[in-house]
Amino acid sequence: MSDTLLDVDDLRVTFPTRTGAVQAVRGVSFSLGRERLGIVGESGSGKSQTGRAIMGLTPPQAQLSAKKLSFDGIDLLRASAGQRRALRGNRIAMILQDPKYSLDPVMTIGRQIVETLRAHEKVSRAEARERALAMLQAVQIREPARVFDLYPHEVSGGMGQRAMIAMMLIAGPELMIADEPTSALDVTVQLDVLNILDRLVAERGMGLIFISHDLRLVSSFCDRVLVMYAGKVVEQLKASELRDARHPYTRGLLNCMPRIGFERHPLPVLDRKPEWAA
Amino acid sequence: MTAAVAIEGLEVVFDRFRALKGVSLEVREGESYGLVGESGSGKSTLLRAIAGLAPVAGGAIAVNGKALGKRRDKAFYRDVQMVFQDPYGSLHPRQTVDRLLQEPLAIHGMADGEKRIERALDEVGLGNGFRFRYAHQLSGGQRQRVAIARALILEPSILLLDEPTSALDASVQAEVLNLLEEVRRRRKLTFLMVSHDLAVITHMCERLMVMQDGEAVETLTASQLIGHRVGADYTRNLLKASEGFVRTA
Repeated sequence: MSDTLLDVDDLRVTFPTRTGAVQAVRGVSFSLGRERLGIVGESGSGKSQTGRAIMGLTPPQAQLSAKKLSFDGIDLLRASAGQRRALRGNRIAMILQDPKYSLDPVMTIGRQIVETLRAHEKVSRAEARERALAMLQAVQIREPARVFDLYPHEVSGGMGQRAMIAMMLIAGPELMIADEPTSALDVTVQLDVLNILDRLVAERGMGLIFISHDLRLVSSFCDRVLVMYAGKVVEQLKASELRDARHPYTRGLLNCMPRIGFERHPLPVLDRKPEWAA
Repeated sequence: MTAAVAIEGLEVVFDRFRALKGVSLEVREGESYGLVGESGSGKSTLLRAIAGLAPVAGGAIAVNGKALGKRRDKAFYRDVQMVFQDPYGSLHPRQTVDRLLQEPLAIHGMADGEKRIERALDEVGLGNGFRFRYAHQLSGGQRQRVAIARALILEPSILLLDEPTSALDASVQAEVLNLLEEVRRRRKLTFLMVSHDLAVITHMCERLMVMQDGEAVETLTASQLIGHRVGADYTRNLLKASEGFVRTA
């Protein structure tokens, strides 16, 4: 099971703007097996664009380049739009931040899940419904039959996010990219959703890329953490060795959060050095 | 000493939904007071009710010893200012920072606007260079600084803070929290702050109230919370959740 699922070498994403090209991702390399990898950084560090590039959701005006970008032996750089579409949602799935915006508002939750399944597998209507209900149950929704017929605005944020996880897992992906999956949720709901995600990832032996700005949360959830700053990976470490982080940026990120029982006034702030971005 | 904010049995009803069910609260002068709870617990509604932005159905609110009626007078709006959660939504997209800061001054007929704007921007750590920019030209942290400057420019004594840092990155959050602490110390302000983040509240506030379903669960001091000396299971759950994800093997 130690085989490499995803291989990324020197990934670059560049956006042309009126004031010149902006490099959002500048040479990111990593490989992923069936493990949980965290990508951490502030807004604008390129963490989401890295996830989107793997998913094939880079906006058309942006330039994407890499020495290697392959998923299970498939060269994603040369794959046709059709091939990528077949992968997307089927073998690679993505959970987005806010269920309020990323679910279709005019379609019931059940229909959205069934649609995903039937886009990738030939199954009868009745069977698709059965499987969608089972999936809703798997993400710990208590009355799957009721929620199946609800619209996204009729459910809470935590429920919506569970529905999204259900939708993403129904086709049985091998790689899951979760982009800030719990940032829009309450702390207590956050833990429920993480527990569900954790269990399903472990049960199904998926690879997971967990993108977040919360270094503490990521390190408690993932096996390995990439820390990004200004489009580059500045440090890569095992989650268990977070306390030995060497890069001043990682240490700064760890230190700047208030913690219950550790009084520090004022809070230490990040002293950004230009050489970090070099 | 009169309380800065005293609330007795406050009821807020939206149509038929009771968002606040008889909440009482007292914030002392110069104190920093926190409200925590999950979404829907009524913590933001409480803040908005004080500011006059929620339909109050019953109970009494007094600010600096003066009972508030249905219509609040101009002095109230000068004395009590609010900072909202979303720095992207709370600044006018087509007004420059200068124009944004002039508006409250014009409403309250305050003199030497020029100097006040310069001072306000200085105080929140934005130089004069930001004065003629639009909100979209600023980062999230800079926008929140502008929102704080707009609140401070009228020299209020009470700031209502509705999740002022939850839309910001952790590193930017630290900067904004430091700024808020600093202006509070310098101007001896009273804070009433809402957050779902217990760590932020214990960092900023001396006392806090835990809310659930429109009701107060309990009132604690920050040190009680830090020492886990809490009475309600609900608070204990919140505390546990804020410690982060723990894998149950």
